[in-house]
Amino acid sequence: MRKGVALFLSCARVGALTFGGGYAMLPFLHKELVSRHGWLKEEDLVDYFALSQCLPGPIAINTATLCGNKVMGVGGGLIASAGIIFPALCIIIVIAALLGHYQDIPAVKNAFVGIRAGVMVLILKALIQLSRSSLKNAVSILICVASFALTVFTNASPVLFVVGAAVVGMALSLRKKARE
Amino acid sequence: MIYLSLFYEFAKIGLFAMGGGLATLPFLYNLSERIPAWFSSEQVTDMIAISESTPGPIAINMATYAGFTVAGIPGALFATLGVTAPSILIATLIARILTQFKENRLVTAAFDGIRPAAMGLIAAAGWAVFQVTLLQLPLYTQTGRLADLVYIPALLLAAALFTLSVVFKKLHPAVWLALAALVGIVFRMGGA
Repeated sequence: MRKGVALFLSCARVGALTFGGGYAMLPFLHKELVSRHGWLKEEDLVDYFALSQCLPGPIAINTATLCGNKVMGVGGGLIASAGIIFPALCIIIVIAALLGHYQDIPAVKNAFVGIRAGVMVLILKALIQLSRSSLKNAVSILICVASFALTVFTNASPVLFVVGAAVVGMALSLRKKARE
Repeated sequence: MIYLSLFYEFAKIGLFAMGGGLATLPFLYNLSERIPAWFSSEQVTDMIAISESTPGPIAINMATYAGFTVAGIPGALFATLGVTAPSILIATLIARILTQFKENRLVTAAFDGIRPAAMGLIAAAGWAVFQVTLLQLPLYTQTGRLADLVYIPALLLAAALFTLSVVFKKLHPAVWLALAALVGIVFRMGGA
């Protein structure tokens, strides 16, 4: 019971603090689920995040459901998703009801230029952190650079890279086994 | 029943929109054409602006806003439940399968490949934010001055935040976003 409440609150904090969609929530999920509570390992988080790109629906909900399942089973998945949704639901209802032109307020516009610079820094820091557990050899660096370049320069779906990278990972492991 | 049709329409969006928040857009535009009484395509454009400038997952923000526009608070709830229901079901099934095959050698190997690919995707997202926040390509092509290529105040802010967050490691990342918002307002960084 207590753990469920803690999971809900952790995910609600993530939901309330994430600006700009799924990718920006990674630093916050890391802070809450890995550093603060130690419920997940860093590798788990990256795995779920990658898997979430390949599933239909909002990436945030896919990630939350997978993380919550790991922490405390099916109920945990539901609690985590509810936590992520709750702040957004409240904030949007208030804005829709009271401030139709919220995004035109000068202070909001100015704040967002600053916030974007902050989001950029948080994503950069998340990358530095992840590189320690993800970039283990030349092949993994190559996969990382390729998926970055293909995403930036083509319109191809991320599903392709994630599935392709999984195939490369399996092929390498099979070859290693064959050698042994 | 308007609530059930909201749930049904947004569950379809949740099931078929791959790749997160902005992938729901074509579905919302399509919805505004099929059921004009719900909302117009101009309203969808407003929804994007608001969803991107409020905290929370973009797809959830869009569904809540659209649902509220159609049928008030219950509408917001049903649309949000609809857009999340397929995700929760599918991700729960996948989580089950994953626990069963976690020790499997091939599954472990697959994730060794997937992790760096995920890093590349996250780096690409960072690049997109970098372009919006720091790069001023139109201004640069106009003036040709190298100093105009990068929006210096945002670069300074980013560098300061990075240094501070390395020094004060223990602080919650939200502190840096709050500070960034404050600096943005005080120095009128958006020019507004």
